[in-house]
Amino acid sequence: MWIWGIVLMFALIGQIATGVVLAMHYTPHVDLAFASVEHIMRDVNGGFMLRYFHANGASLMFFAVYCHIFRNLYYGSYKTPREITWIIGILIFVLMMGTAFMGYVLPWGQMSFHGTSVITGLFGAIPFIGESIQTWLLGASAVGQPALNRFFSLHFLLPFVILGLTLVHVWAFHTTGNNNPTGVEVRRSSVEEARRDTVPFWPYFILKDFYALAVVLAVFFAIVAFMPNYLGHPDNYVPANPLATPSHIVPEWYFLPFYAILRAFTGDVWVVMFANWISFGIIDAKFFGVLAMFGAIVVMALSPWLDTSLVRSGRYRPMFKWWFALLVVDFVVLMWVGAQPAEGIYPYIALIGATYWFAYFLVILPLLGVIERPLTPPASIEADFAAHYDPQTGGTKQFAGSPAE
Amino acid sequence: MLKTLALGAALALTALPAFAEGEGHVTDYAFSFEGPFGSFDKLQLQRGLQVYTEVCSACHGLSYVAYRTLAQPGGPELPEDQMRAYAEQFTVLDPTLNDGEGGERPATPADRFPHSGLPNAPDLSLMAKARAGFHGPYGTGLSQLFNGMGGPEYITSLLNGYEDPPACAPEDFEGYYNTVFQAGGYPEECKDEEGHHLFPGSWIAMPPPLADGQVVFADGSRNDTEAEAYNAAAFLMWAAEPHLNARKEAGLTGVLFLAILSVLLYLTNKRIWAPVKAGGRPLGADQH
Repeated sequence: MWIWGIVLMFALIGQIATGVVLAMHYTPHVDLAFASVEHIMRDVNGGFMLRYFHANGASLMFFAVYCHIFRNLYYGSYKTPREITWIIGILIFVLMMGTAFMGYVLPWGQMSFHGTSVITGLFGAIPFIGESIQTWLLGASAVGQPALNRFFSLHFLLPFVILGLTLVHVWAFHTTGNNNPTGVEVRRSSVEEARRDTVPFWPYFILKDFYALAVVLAVFFAIVAFMPNYLGHPDNYVPANPLATPSHIVPEWYFLPFYAILRAFTGDVWVVMFANWISFGIIDAKFFGVLAMFGAIVVMALSPWLDTSLVRSGRYRPMFKWWFALLVVDFVVLMWVGAQPAEGIYPYIALIGATYWFAYFLVILPLLGVIERPLTPPASIEADFAAHYDPQTGGTKQFAGSPAE
Repeated sequence: MLKTLALGAALALTALPAFAEGEGHVTDYAFSFEGPFGSFDKLQLQRGLQVYTEVCSACHGLSYVAYRTLAQPGGPELPEDQMRAYAEQFTVLDPTLNDGEGGERPATPADRFPHSGLPNAPDLSLMAKARAGFHGPYGTGLSQLFNGMGGPEYITSLLNGYEDPPACAPEDFEGYYNTVFQAGGYPEECKDEEGHHLFPGSWIAMPPPLADGQVVFADGSRNDTEAEAYNAAAFLMWAAEPHLNARKEAGLTGVLFLAILSVLLYLTNKRIWAPVKAGGRPLGADQH
């Protein structure tokens, strides 16, 4: 689980490299965009590989970023002194979502067009100023040429902002030092002790990371070459037609958990009705859904201050382990239910899932620190390491026990 | 809360079978281009091109496909002269002719197939990627994972899916009953009280395009409706993804290369870490 950072770094650079080349052949015009993507797929040398790498590369980045985030949540990497790294990471995540969304608009297929209408319509739900904001974002009253042009421009710009933030992210954890599976800080009282707790980055971690990267890339390459359209939507191979709305508008898989939270809060949920009543009707169900979707990321960003436990790593927190596992399951369930039609039992599942998401961060994390009795973490990384690997004690071959830099 | 949950569960249980009933059955045909080692069968693509030329092209365009690609490797691979002769059958409107007044001329290899002849006939260039034959089960995506997206299977099944309309439908209901097509009109008479469809499929505007023995293949291959549809679907998959062969080749090379690299890096990594894991910490020698 400690390898996804380097995968992300590699994927980001790959996305920028393929994206720059794709931009050389792409035309951001409502009448030409779809055809120019087909031109890339058919006529540009190797263009089909470039585009499939780029489209699936977004999926790789999100898969990696979700692993990366949940790793952090489990091992408590967000806790002091690493809050800055965590917050920068959340900013990168939000920018990634924006970039991916705007990139999906560019092929100008049916799902691009109608997905954009739905998502930018969310801003229209903000009371009083929503419609003006939506018009300002789109550059027109509806999705069209101005929106396509500016989304192309921003889709080109934002990855470089992400790259800049990534460098700050890396710099931030070089200041505090890496976390490690035990969550115990490296002893800093003397150089000798610090050395006993650590292993140099070169060659140990570089090689471990490269090995993991090669395995991840092999799987990625197989997806790109053998099933490049598996993660996409067939409707996006139909040119955008404002007059024909697809029967089932679904975002890409990486947005589904948050899409499910957005749709979970309908007008007949009592929280929504209460919010509506207390705000004299300003907060309607649609706006509440939008608030919930962004709120889901905000509560996650606040983890360092919501988690009251003094023990960092989830390894030594018996109760936390189960709640965390439930959160991971919840995330997967939300992702699945986000792709289902909003009818029958699905809205109830989405509502339970969304409720647990908020409950985990707002109730369970603060409470656990008070009621849980954590195990005693090892006195030092060296002690933990000795317990796992010391030949005298017949240590096990547990890779997770390796100390970090 | 519990009450609404129970209600929801009951609703879902009753709704699911009815929902499944409306799904037309897409047969999982085996195509030569499936799987990591799959590639287009050039003779099949030529047969499909013949079906497209003799039947589909009457109404449907193929406007993203250039004639020259018919001779490219990994496609129907027509000989150069045949490809040129094929292109010359078509005329194109060239705005540069007659001092800018525009005029018609025979198509050259660099031109593209024409647009659709009918306003409601969709262009077929990307049809095999724009339709999905397989879904689910229950939104898990496992069917697509193992069977592929199912575009060509959907096309074959749809062209085979024409049947006599059920008795409940009025005589003059617009369109032709097709058991696979989902997006068409559906007569109220064939729905139950809750609006669920009693029969699979719907009514499509396209009349049954293929019939047994309609296209006679030069190589004497099977030419019943199913075989014609099957060949046409393979051709349309090529039209949608002309570089499929090259893509899969690149995939094999890439995966093989990365797999070997992974093994080498795994062994290196193991070797490097061995002294650390043996219990002796690499103090001093490599830490300054």
